[in-house]
Amino acid sequence: MNLSLTLTINGEQREIVLDDPRVTLLDLLRERLHLTGAKKGCDRGQCGACTILVDGQRINSCLALAISYDGSAITTIEGLAENGALHPVQQAFIDHDGFQCGFCTPGQIMSAVGLIAEAQADGDAERIREAMSGNICRCGAYQGITEAVLDAQAKISTGKERDAA
Amino acid sequence: MSEIASLSTGARQRQGSNIGQPMTRRDGVLKVTGQATYAADNNPEGLLHAVVATASISRGRVTHLNVEAARAHPGVVDVMTPQNRPKLAQDPDAKDHPFMFRLDLLQNDRVRYAGQPIAVVIAKTLEAATEGAALLAPTYDAEPAEVGLDGESFVPQVVGPGAPAKAEVGDFDAEYAGSATTLDATYETPAQYHNAMEPHSIVATWDGDSVSIDMPTQGLGMAVGRVAGLFGIPPENIHIRSPFLGGGFGSKGMPAGPQMLGIIAARHVGAPVKLVLSRQQMYGPVGHRGQTRQTVRLGMKDDGHLTAIEHHTLTTTSRFDDFLEPASNVSHTLYAASAIRTTHAGTRIDIGTPMFMRAPGEATGSAALESAVDEAAWKARIDPLDFRLLNYAEVEPISGKPFSSKALRECYAKGADRFGWAKRPLEPRSMRDAGGRLVGWGVGTATFPAIMFQAAARAVIRADGSGLMETGAHDMGQGSWTALHQIAADGLGLSMDETEFRAGSSDLPDAGIAGGSGHTATAGMALHRAGEDVIAKLVELAVNDENSPLYGAGNVGVVARNGRLVRQDDESRGEPYAAILERAGLAEIEGKGSGVPDAGPREKYAMYAHGAVFAEVTVDPELGQMRVTRLVGAFAAGRVINPRMVESQYYGGMIWGIGFALHEEAVHDKRSGRIMNANLAEYHVPVNADVPAMEAILVHEDDPHVNALGIKGVGEIGITGTAGAIANAVWHATGVRVRRFPITLVDVLNGADAG
Ligand code: FES
Ligand code: FES
Repeated sequence: MNLSLTLTINGEQREIVLDDPRVTLLDLLRERLHLTGAKKGCDRGQCGACTILVDGQRINSCLALAISYDGSAITTIEGLAENGALHPVQQAFIDHDGFQCGFCTPGQIMSAVGLIAEAQADGDAERIREAMSGNICRCGAYQGITEAVLDAQAKISTGKERDAA
Repeated sequence: MSEIASLSTGARQRQGSNIGQPMTRRDGVLKVTGQATYAADNNPEGLLHAVVATASISRGRVTHLNVEAARAHPGVVDVMTPQNRPKLAQDPDAKDHPFMFRLDLLQNDRVRYAGQPIAVVIAKTLEAATEGAALLAPTYDAEPAEVGLDGESFVPQVVGPGAPAKAEVGDFDAEYAGSATTLDATYETPAQYHNAMEPHSIVATWDGDSVSIDMPTQGLGMAVGRVAGLFGIPPENIHIRSPFLGGGFGSKGMPAGPQMLGIIAARHVGAPVKLVLSRQQMYGPVGHRGQTRQTVRLGMKDDGHLTAIEHHTLTTTSRFDDFLEPASNVSHTLYAASAIRTTHAGTRIDIGTPMFMRAPGEATGSAALESAVDEAAWKARIDPLDFRLLNYAEVEPISGKPFSSKALRECYAKGADRFGWAKRPLEPRSMRDAGGRLVGWGVGTATFPAIMFQAAARAVIRADGSGLMETGAHDMGQGSWTALHQIAADGLGLSMDETEFRAGSSDLPDAGIAGGSGHTATAGMALHRAGEDVIAKLVELAVNDENSPLYGAGNVGVVARNGRLVRQDDESRGEPYAAILERAGLAEIEGKGSGVPDAGPREKYAMYAHGAVFAEVTVDPELGQMRVTRLVGAFAAGRVINPRMVESQYYGGMIWGIGFALHEEAVHDKRSGRIMNANLAEYHVPVNADVPAMEAILVHEDDPHVNALGIKGVGEIGITGTAGAIANAVWHATGVRVRRFPITLVDVLNGADAG
């Protein structure tokens, strides 16, 4: 049984033929398309390591069956930097040491990008902590993660104001 | 309370051009762009996927596996069981040394713990292998399981990897009997699981009798040795790459059974195999922190001086191997008393063998000791920080040895000052926040030994004057790619960019083990010595070369500075490395170095890092709900190579302390022995919202004895002190002393009712 679907992954349209309906978006990316940036920490929606953006929304890709996302636009950590320039969230994670082992980091960063787009947390550290709590960091880099989100959010909104002016 | 101090406290002592600088991570860009390759990110051509099937009973035998059903599933290539598993050169139950753990490699049909591998399904896709493993539908001959601390106990010879199980100084019984005031309290800590974010994984490819492996390991050299032994092949036939570990915390110190099963499976099917454990499968065959029941007895004089300390630990190990959490031994070092006695007992239960887990012994022992000391301080009606200062150990109490350095007083002072400790009321239940919640403040002392293992390194200076440093070091998040590179560059007198640094692969000089907080000291010393060696060779060339401006400068001394050798008495006179090599007609020059603990000073001095942790918690008086709202730690751990990364290590450790105090507990079903919460939703680890604004103060400390670089180690100390500080803060908020970890709102509410 072959199932075909079209996905736009990091701006590139891909025609995908799946031989198995059980394939999750995460396993499709990692094992079949070899985009291994998104990580599998639990495969149960409990850790956030597999966070990606689907049509701009952050989701746990381990809980998403690939065939149900036909036609979607997907952004993974590999697609965040533009023309070699890091996304402000990526740069902020480096500046604030928002990671140690780095395994949760692609998920943290995608989640932070999604959160900033949701515009729900403003500059409030407490709300950022809450909104980033679906992404576990066993190394305990939370202080740096929170600082990085605050910093990136501020930079992105100044950038927007500048663009608007 | 949510204001954030951004690296405000990182000490920036400048000790070399690179050492001491708060550089960002060298591997940062790789990690934020998804390009850092962890083991499971490798997908070699022709790769097959292996999935482990695990036992759902805790003790007994597997009577049937539906191998036919699994094999018949489309995509399944083979099923490996004890019947057809390829022969190994070594019995997986052999144990030649204390760092060798017995593995479950399908040697028979016995089940000795829930979650033990009982078969491996290999398939063309991950989906098929997963389904195949489910189709095995094992049946068992189950025997009753025991999982608690109340079974028959025994007195072990050694605890941890080889520490004596018993130690004594003075006459405890006499001192205790003669004390004006005594405390006798028993504390319990549960089984805890490392839960590194990266599950144990492996990608293995055989080529004849050689094997190429990607797997996360904290000890490349030991892993090669283990693989060589099991498969009966020479170490040079084994290449292991471990450039990045997605966390280790001790669980990746020794190769885990399932990783070895991946290598066996690859041999069995004759193709590259990837095997990754599920989260649930990490609760069994990859180690954990054993449960403890610790009894602390303290005797003191009327003025609060401790006279007698006894610390007894009962802890669990598996039925088939030994690792006993050495919890009592933390009482050897922290508080002065004329008599100290530490003892251990073990009990065997139906679990996977416990293992090193971040601060093994120190974390559990410190949680109990710091609670007990706080209880004693309250009995004496002395402020708990003053009580700790009153009983400050000027020499190591158990051995009488002086400390190589100990800036603990400064840690207490700086931490207390920053926290505002002086305003703490002595009485519990005497502070509230604006929302009516009870507020409590607690303190705990942190300590961890300055351990060193053995490491080797190679240094090269090339014709163009650039450098190369190699050591098979491991980066599991502590920052080896950066900190060791800093040491490497300083060792060669070059900038970071002029120094190529290679690590994370078994074909490099053995860097020992990334554990015991000793990796930076050990591998760092190897790099430092290799640098000295290659520079000495270069100096030798220059001072004997008539055409060198350094000719004959041997006796005034020559030093390496920014890619040049210069006269010590006149730094304007010298020449670049490249010029020396060019005249000598050399393409490169090589040096070697090793990092080993220095026996002399280690005989003479007690070597520890120290710290003080201050915690604030709020407790809802009706609901018992607890939150840590502030955490300040001040630590002195010798020389700091990279304050940014050291600060992160302290934060990480302190967050583990929060988890220890309030969250982490593996709960066993008493009848089946199975862990009921083997997942990240129900085994709670701290999430971002559990973590308040934190501060880590890096207290300056020079240690002339610990090693030539003065490095102690920072990876584990943060968890010690913190768990106790939080427990003490909960008591101070509520007046309820909870003697089991994690402290839950049920304990607090029940305690309040009882009190
Ligand atoms: S892997 Fe998807 S949430 Fe953990
Ligand atoms: S950086 Fe290691 S889990 Fe977050």
